[in-house]
Amino acid sequence: MAKLPKPEELSKIDLTPPKTGWMDTPVVIKEGMFCHGAKPKSLEIVGFPNPRDWRPMDADWKLPENWKDILIKGIAERLEKYRSFRLFMDICVRCGACADKCHFFIGTGDPKNMPVLRAELIRSIYRKEFTLAGKLFGKMAGARELTLDVLKEWWYYFFQCTECRRCSVFCPYGIDQAEITMIGRELLNLLGLNIEWIAGPVSNCYMKGNHLGLEPHTIIGNLEYMLDDIETITGKKIKPTFNRKGAEILFVTPSGDLFADPGTYTCMGYLMLFEELGLDYTWSTYASEGGNFGFFTSNEMGKRLNSKIYAEAKRLGVKWILGGECGHMWRVLAQYMDTWNGPADFLEVPKSPITGTVFENAKSMKMVHVAEFTADLIKNNKLKLDPKRNDHLKVTWHDSCNVARGMGMLEEPRYVLKSVVNNFVEMPEDTIREKTFCCGSGTGLNASEDMDLRMKGGFPRANAVKFVHEHYGVNMLANVCAIDRATLKPLMDYWVPGVNVCGLHELVANAMIMKGEKERTTDLRGEPLPGVEAKEEQA
Amino acid sequence: MKALFSFIVVLLLVLVAYAGVAVANQHFLFGVIIPYAAVATFLIFMIYRILKWGSSPVPFRIPTTCGQQKSLPWIKQSKLENPSGLLGVAGRMALEVLFFRSLFRNLKTQLNDGARLTYGEAKWLWAAGLAFHWSFFWILVRHLRFFTETVPVPIQFVESLDSFLQIGTPLLYMTDVILLAAVAYLFVRRIGIPQVRYISLIADYFPLFLIMAIGTTGVLMRYIYKTDIVSVKMLTMSLVSFSPAIPKGIGVLFYIHLFLLCILFAYFPFSKLVHMAGVFMSPTRNLANTSREKRHINPWNYPVHVHTHDEYENDFRDKMKGAGLPVEKE
Repeated sequence: MAKLPKPEELSKIDLTPPKTGWMDTPVVIKEGMFCHGAKPKSLEIVGFPNPRDWRPMDADWKLPENWKDILIKGIAERLEKYRSFRLFMDICVRCGACADKCHFFIGTGDPKNMPVLRAELIRSIYRKEFTLAGKLFGKMAGARELTLDVLKEWWYYFFQCTECRRCSVFCPYGIDQAEITMIGRELLNLLGLNIEWIAGPVSNCYMKGNHLGLEPHTIIGNLEYMLDDIETITGKKIKPTFNRKGAEILFVTPSGDLFADPGTYTCMGYLMLFEELGLDYTWSTYASEGGNFGFFTSNEMGKRLNSKIYAEAKRLGVKWILGGECGHMWRVLAQYMDTWNGPADFLEVPKSPITGTVFENAKSMKMVHVAEFTADLIKNNKLKLDPKRNDHLKVTWHDSCNVARGMGMLEEPRYVLKSVVNNFVEMPEDTIREKTFCCGSGTGLNASEDMDLRMKGGFPRANAVKFVHEHYGVNMLANVCAIDRATLKPLMDYWVPGVNVCGLHELVANAMIMKGEKERTTDLRGEPLPGVEAKEEQA
Repeated sequence: MKALFSFIVVLLLVLVAYAGVAVANQHFLFGVIIPYAAVATFLIFMIYRILKWGSSPVPFRIPTTCGQQKSLPWIKQSKLENPSGLLGVAGRMALEVLFFRSLFRNLKTQLNDGARLTYGEAKWLWAAGLAFHWSFFWILVRHLRFFTETVPVPIQFVESLDSFLQIGTPLLYMTDVILLAAVAYLFVRRIGIPQVRYISLIADYFPLFLIMAIGTTGVLMRYIYKTDIVSVKMLTMSLVSFSPAIPKGIGVLFYIHLFLLCILFAYFPFSKLVHMAGVFMSPTRNLANTSREKRHINPWNYPVHVHTHDEYENDFRDKMKGAGLPVEKE
């Protein structure tokens, strides 16, 4: 693995485009900027084409003989299936408004990371194969031949896009690079050109129910660790249920929350909240993944993985589903699940058993985001909160791309946050809400071998955090996304040391006074609560 | 190079029209046949293009949400940036089409000393784009005077508004100036910003030069080399009434103007200019964010292989029982 350069070096970004035109500048695949190729086993498990050992740095990618044919047919099929794709191939005027909106372009200066040019990588082939002008005039009409170099370029750059949709916000026609990347990756998957960091979790999720491949007893074991910690901190013994038929609510969260901190603290937050409410809910080991790396593979794979959620809800006979804190999980749930695997007519319209609030906005898909659920609780005064317990934290809020631009959940988490912490500072306005910056590691790019890429892509996000860290002493970056929780921590350590990362419900649980709890001396991380040390000294 | 190439092509087109009319005397070809062919090409292939777009379904409801969703009743929804109904979508589309809402958001990202990123105002592209499109539209409307026997009141109003500065004779139309200035800015910007130059194709320069030439010939005809307006109107009226006849006395400048316009019309459906129609069909903008409230149907949704709970339980039954989990089959 290439050594990661120091921040001072990485932030020297050369914005001068190469002397040669982009069609004449062949792709150079650089260490640190890509993830390992998918292993044959990961593809075989889900029946994906061309499983074999291959390495992106090798000249020979071991493609099938007729790979060009497969791709052209693949494009044709998708032009028929997606109006977005067909339209976005035709209507771009190359105004360049999207260019400096992309975190990967800002962080790398590589012109092929301008959304417009990343789209042109595929548009040029579309013109050559599907338009008269392209067939007649070739390069003059912006068309080019599909070659192995072009294919490698696709692979390199479609795995340098996190489908965050920030470009789409600024595009005068709403051209969404996420759509183009999704289709680009689908095409690459026709040739077995996935990355292992996606293909592995996909096969895990297919067989074992979650990306991390946690088997049923491991899930329970992991939660038991957290329950022990909760007991130590609060004195409360919690006994959640698993795969329980007849529960009112099925709870599904990204498996990252079960696995490593700081996600586990968020998970402790859920457990404590639901305990305090006396919620009649169950976990599932079969549908133990809210996230969906299938979505970063192909539409079909996304649907195959997603199917478990409704299937499990039906099997268990619950009334509705509550979803944990996650980003792309919620793009998939909000904009795809009901269309893929609905109608969920065996469920009821979600209704909070605590406040009686009916979630009309989720009337058909029957799933509520835990931030919406908690905002409603707090608004109705159902939680006893002591935000002072979070006084050691100066918190800022990272809007996760997908819940911001694929759903629009902006105020609910802010309302919750402001109710549970006293010190909240927003980052600069052009870096939050619908203009929020990606962590740089979404869509399955959160591996360890592409750290260079991740630190570059996360640069704009980190830069905004750095601003509030330096000006207001912010020391905690809160969010509702499992990938964020996993990836923002190394990003902060690299660019803004001294800032920690947490989920929303960790802060909720810190502040929440539970019935019959013992006097808390630490927060969920075992750090002393503000004022506690002082008190001890006095005593 | 690409810009120069496009410029030369436009120049050649001017020469073609000049030679065709002034040298070869092909008035009927340039005054009747080419205009009919151009308009027919425009209509047929635009309709074809739109139908083609329309023939691909919108399998998923994928609006780009640019504001607060509709959720709890006490949270204020951003009805235009994240619409949940027809009215909101109509408003969002109107803002987009009439005022270029998304482009208005444009920012300039800048890397400063000390690796500090800042986001500055960048409204020039928006302003020039808006000025260009609106003045083009205004000019088109003004030209309708050539296609109706008596000039309708609204068109007279458009004209008088356009010339309200009362400069010169004939009165100066502001839109003429704005159009040419805006096109010039768009061109300068395209070659001036290295990244934009890097992504630019011939297809980006060509329409700019073409429109610049159409505007320039129009301006020359109105303000400098006066054209016989009455004869021009006789020609245009004969065209719209499908009894084409070439009146005498129309200068070659007019034929150049007309020919370039015909090229624009014929080129339109095969170029990026189709964004004019495409913007209305963009699924990230023209859909309400209601996929949780109401099921969106994908016409090609098909059954897929899934790993069922029974299969899962078969794989893990012993481990599940060992962990005290309930199982379907003992």
